[in-house]
Amino acid sequence: MSSTTIRKPGISPSTWVTLKGLAFCSPWILGLLLFYLYPMLTSLYWSFTDYRIMNSPVWVGTSNYKTMLTDPVFAKSLRNTLEYVAMYLPSSIIVALGLALLLNTNIHGMTFYRSLYYFPVLVPGVASAIVWKWVLDPQWGIVNALLRSLGLPTPGWIGSVTWAKPSLVLIALWGVGNSVVIYLASLQDVPRSLYDAAEVDGANIWQRVWHVTVPMITPTILFNMIMGMIGAFQTFTVPFVMTQGTGEPGQTLLFYSMVLYRNAFLYLQMGMGSTMAWVMLVFILILTGIVFSTTDRWVYYGGA
Amino acid sequence: MRVDAQSAPRQVVVRRRIRWGAVLRELITHAFLVMVSIMWVLPMVWMVSTSLKTDAQIFTWPPQWIPRPFRFENYPEAVSYIPLTLYARNTVYIAVGTIIGSLFSCPLVAYGLARIPWKGRNVLFTLTLATMMLPFQVTMIPLFVMFRQVGWINTWRPLIVPSFFGSAFYIFLLRQFFMGVPQDLVDAARIDGANELGIFVRIILPLVKPALAVIALFELLNRWGDFMGPLIFLNESRLYTISLGLQQYRSERSTEWAYLMAASTLVTLPVIIVFIFTQHTFIEGITLTGIKG
Repeated sequence: MSSTTIRKPGISPSTWVTLKGLAFCSPWILGLLLFYLYPMLTSLYWSFTDYRIMNSPVWVGTSNYKTMLTDPVFAKSLRNTLEYVAMYLPSSIIVALGLALLLNTNIHGMTFYRSLYYFPVLVPGVASAIVWKWVLDPQWGIVNALLRSLGLPTPGWIGSVTWAKPSLVLIALWGVGNSVVIYLASLQDVPRSLYDAAEVDGANIWQRVWHVTVPMITPTILFNMIMGMIGAFQTFTVPFVMTQGTGEPGQTLLFYSMVLYRNAFLYLQMGMGSTMAWVMLVFILILTGIVFSTTDRWVYYGGA
Repeated sequence: MRVDAQSAPRQVVVRRRIRWGAVLRELITHAFLVMVSIMWVLPMVWMVSTSLKTDAQIFTWPPQWIPRPFRFENYPEAVSYIPLTLYARNTVYIAVGTIIGSLFSCPLVAYGLARIPWKGRNVLFTLTLATMMLPFQVTMIPLFVMFRQVGWINTWRPLIVPSFFGSAFYIFLLRQFFMGVPQDLVDAARIDGANELGIFVRIILPLVKPALAVIALFELLNRWGDFMGPLIFLNESRLYTISLGLQQYRSERSTEWAYLMAASTLVTLPVIIVFIFTQHTFIEGITLTGIKG
């Protein structure tokens, strides 16, 4: 440590660097404290209280958590959401990846097709919910009209207890464009040499897809899986708008976030709402952890 | 060149073999693409079709694809049925606010994370990534109470102000961009005596204009369709955004389907037009987050 050159009085270079870093990052650091850390800690605290916003929070220990376990509405909404996530996740990966593979070929008009698949992402959620509610109307909707004209059975879609959630999955799959774009870019990163080698070894197109393409993009699949799961858990706008908050028919579309919203902002039970929020977070963390624990077996990071 | 028995001159017949496998594959791909494209576009086509019908035409069997005649009046009627232009303007104001906020804060933070080697920046970066995975529900209730305590509920401030502090997604995106700037440029500027802020403003920022465009576009798209935020923070309809406004076509009694479809079309059209002109930027932005993520 020599200091034969000009010395800035007072502040050492490394401190100066740290100060500069902090200065540039200060908005975000403040933001993290104000809009993330403080609310998180507060909602954790409130999850153990009965807080009706008019008065101060009253400590009730784990009472809210116990209510969540026993009250049928909460249990139903949690089950609904888990069922939805279980249906949505695998189908979204298959559909998005399938589309990306389809769109990765070099045929004419590819840019046109690629844009087309992205359009649904641009449609505002509320508009999308409304349009699909109309399109899937059991009586007047165009989907059933087409099925009827083909002589096929016409499900009750949103109006049917068995078909309501699959309808929502369908709508969500319609908006899978973001994942497709990410898969597309990832597909283009797969080295040509691997495909050539496989072709030399006599692999046909399906084998090439399964043994070269898919393994090479497993990190992307993992990313989309995690982000997809987190998003799916928070599903709110479409079922809320479609059922106008009720979750009908038969409570099958009563999603977790809808009950949370109801409790917090309609019944003004902030304590219960906070409890629900933290239970959701714990679920997400557990599921993410489970997914990550399996990555050794299927994710290949040796990528280009 | 050796001349031996095998390479003795003989007629070389050049025949172009039609690779049936490839042709078939291309046909099948096209077929699939067309089929899926139709399914994909169906709802939007039906939306526009319904928007031009009278109520009688909407509820007929068999369904008409092309209404005769076109009822263009549905559009101006839809816009006056509820104050759609007001809501659109509100949404634009909010979007402009958050875009300015994001473009102010996120480049600063990203620069600090990408090009200032200070202790603790990795911790901050990891925290940033973590917030990207945090569900909104965990913070929204205290945020609501917080904003209520400062009297910001039923204003646009809860929607706009946080963007001035940064947003994980854009910070992440910009950081990746910033890290790609060659160090030589920065060193040259430093030798010329520029301080950190000068380097930031004069060297780095101009180089990442595409990324800034991506952020502006994404933010516009997000604000346009944002539902939960306005739902929680806004009470009076004069402040509503289009997402909230669209709901007003439905009431306990009835649903004005024609107007709803017209309004939905009007609400979707601007974003699609913007997208068509800025496709490249959009796709680039999504790609960056997905690949590096």
